[in-house]
Amino acid sequence: MRDQRCRGTRDLSPEEMIRFRFIEKAFRDCCLQWGYEEVRTPTLEYLHLFASTGTLTPSMLGKVYSFLDWDGWSGERVVLRPDGTIPVARLYIDSMGDSGLAKLSYVSNIFIFEETGKESRERWQGGVELIGVSSPLADTELMILASEVLKKVGLGNIELRLCHGGLIRGLLHELGLSPGEETEVFDQILDGDAAVLATIKAGKPGLDEALSLLLDPKGKSPAFLKNSMGLLARSLPQLKPALDNFGNIIALLEDLGYSYRIDLASGRGFEYYTGVIFQFFAGKEKVGGGGRYDALIPLMGGKDVPASGFALYFDHLMNLIEPVALTEPAAQRISVDAEPEAIKQGFDMVSRLHKEGYVAEFKLGAKEMADAEWRLDVRSKAPLFILTDQVEQRRFEAQTAEEVLALLKR
Amino acid sequence: MDKQLKIALPKGRLLGETAALLQGADWGLTGYHARARLYRLESEMFPNLSAKVFHEKDIPIQVAIGNYDLGICGLDWVEELLVKYPSSAVIKVKNLEYGEGVLYMVAARSDGISTEEGLVRIATEYPNLAESFALNRRLRRFSIFPLWGGAEVYPPESAELALISGKAGKRSFGYDLIPISEVLSFNAALIANKNSWQTKDLSQVLASLGDGLSADRKQPSSAGVRSAPSEKPVISPEARRGKDAGATVRLALPDGHQQQPTLRLLNRAGIEVDDYPSKRGNRRPVAKLEGVTIKVIRPQDMPLQVANGNFDLAITGKDWLREHLYQFPPSPVAELIDLKFGKVRIVAVASKDLSVTDAYSLKQLNAEQSVPLRVASEYVNIADKYARDNHLGMYRIIPTWGATEAFLPEDADLLIENTQTGRTIARHNLKIIDTLFESTACLIGNTNSISSSSKRKRIKSITEMLRRAVENG
Repeated sequence: MRDQRCRGTRDLSPEEMIRFRFIEKAFRDCCLQWGYEEVRTPTLEYLHLFASTGTLTPSMLGKVYSFLDWDGWSGERVVLRPDGTIPVARLYIDSMGDSGLAKLSYVSNIFIFEETGKESRERWQGGVELIGVSSPLADTELMILASEVLKKVGLGNIELRLCHGGLIRGLLHELGLSPGEETEVFDQILDGDAAVLATIKAGKPGLDEALSLLLDPKGKSPAFLKNSMGLLARSLPQLKPALDNFGNIIALLEDLGYSYRIDLASGRGFEYYTGVIFQFFAGKEKVGGGGRYDALIPLMGGKDVPASGFALYFDHLMNLIEPVALTEPAAQRISVDAEPEAIKQGFDMVSRLHKEGYVAEFKLGAKEMADAEWRLDVRSKAPLFILTDQVEQRRFEAQTAEEVLALLKR
Repeated sequence: MDKQLKIALPKGRLLGETAALLQGADWGLTGYHARARLYRLESEMFPNLSAKVFHEKDIPIQVAIGNYDLGICGLDWVEELLVKYPSSAVIKVKNLEYGEGVLYMVAARSDGISTEEGLVRIATEYPNLAESFALNRRLRRFSIFPLWGGAEVYPPESAELALISGKAGKRSFGYDLIPISEVLSFNAALIANKNSWQTKDLSQVLASLGDGLSADRKQPSSAGVRSAPSEKPVISPEARRGKDAGATVRLALPDGHQQQPTLRLLNRAGIEVDDYPSKRGNRRPVAKLEGVTIKVIRPQDMPLQVANGNFDLAITGKDWLREHLYQFPPSPVAELIDLKFGKVRIVAVASKDLSVTDAYSLKQLNAEQSVPLRVASEYVNIADKYARDNHLGMYRIIPTWGATEAFLPEDADLLIENTQTGRTIARHNLKIIDTLFESTACLIGNTNSISSSSKRKRIKSITEMLRRAVENG
């Protein structure tokens, strides 16, 4: 029998679902503690939401699942959501536009074509959007929240990488590129190719040197960065607002004792970032990222409302978390075997056991329930219940449900 | 040389020069010429090479899915496939340096330039390249109208832009269209299936086609998608839909072989149309009927155009209306009159050698197979629905652009085809296993236009004229 699963898709086994729900719970708990309410957007959205300048890069758009819906005779295409932020921004504009501040979170799947079929084309992520506020405090809150989630799932050793969309855009502007070229180079950088910057020589005094310093692979320490940024601000005062904003965020992180490094090739496919862009790495694996996107909501037809957000990549996290993180005190498990004449009593008993917090299930077919501490036979004749402690191999008899519960609690 | 090699050769535009190339290479293909009615050809030089003639547009798909090891066609159709499906198993082997052309994005000269952001409609036979263009140019809102032909007649009323092919260096087009961008320059090319290229010995065939061919695995250098300049095409508001809206009724008449019976019907109805059918290929004939404008387009394209309000009325076939409604069930298009002419049956066709007699036995047969049933059709949605409704199980639809009967038995297992007499089907050693429905020409209308206060009266009057002509015919 050949494998009938769609190429590029992934099944989640019971064991993987335990991991998934564990991450989801940690994510939702942290979000709720920080006051982010959960929302859910539809899987289908209009393509045009994602297609204009300032949303997704062309290379990312070339991988979306777009098609004509059953009523798509106008040629208006729909997509399987390729990103989590834009639908939430759309939701905000559609139904929360007048509310000002909105703190929203979501857990959803996104769909991006991946050519080799080795990675899943359906990816799960937990995302947070902080809409209506623009400050280093807000950006830092998001980074701290994401770090908390990662700590909670047992990933302590996370590297935070930072860059700044406004700074890159400002630099490109200074390079004298046309608006089209500027977007093209910005997209290349966002798609992971920071080296493209090094190939452009501005010929302006101070700019080439500052660029080399910023792109220098040795230049990842905070002090190095501060010096380079200081140099840049002196030679290009126009960049001062972006540099100040970046500097303030970095200073806050330092005060809080967070370490970081600068990586200009951040963002991967999201053209909408205007301010700080941050990514989280566990070793070489990117487990999340986000940033500030102040222009997105007005671009999509909403009011001039700033926003920032992040997403954590559940598929990657599922592979990284240690089994020890999953061990919680589990409920006691009971395998229930009811005689054909005592099926009703069997259901009643299982229902009672569930109410008391036990995991109880019928023995179906020949297979015994895995890891069951107890076995309960439900009979039509006395004794009506036989309870067996499968760990210590002891046998008890009972006539009522209460007696069974009392035996279990002993 | 491997035991069996298969090559797909083009009909139409590239046939003459391709035949000359193969003649020069001494392939000895008899019957590969413009008037040929044969689809399958053998080579005297390479006894193990067989060739089949296809519509040019079918060739990249046939090579990609592995039905053919090699193919010759325009790179425009290869790029049309690869831009949407980059992992298709097609290798561009050699630029053949003939059949040169350029895909131009054109707009009506009258449009002017504006900064207004709005819906941009692009009419084209190349929907994938048009979509890629729109995405790369960051058009905020766009609609692609995939067409069977005649894209040049759409701007400015029915589309803002058209993506059409033309000769290199062309600066102006008919209907006062001007190029705003060169999207792709292309030549005829030799292409290969990726797997065949990796596993079969093609060297003798390649060597016969020119020096050093077998070593040339590079992409033909002169072809490729042009990098997009930064400027967006911008269209003035006047050019948008509604320009000639109001009370004018827009009627679409068919090109091709339905022109004569349509003309006879119009004559009987007392509707005079200047220059239809047009010897010079004019797609904008003039009706001597007040408040009516006419364009001549492909019948296949009409239901979608009527649905979008680009036309209020159109004369097409019930088959194409049904094809449209199967794809878009709530579409605002309705049949207004059965025009009774152009009667065909839409049938399911299989090879005579296949032991199936109806849809049920085909389903039984397919259940025993481990590979998907290949259903070839010009009617993609009708074929898809037929396969679904009859629970044919694992199947694939292969879209075709005409001469579908040539696909059986090597390149498809089932056809959904139209037939007038059944003679072509019998001549190709095929048999009809099912009749889906009968189709005749019909007048279709946009249901919103029919009920609009400004057009209702005029549409009703035209409809009545045609209805009487049918009844008196």
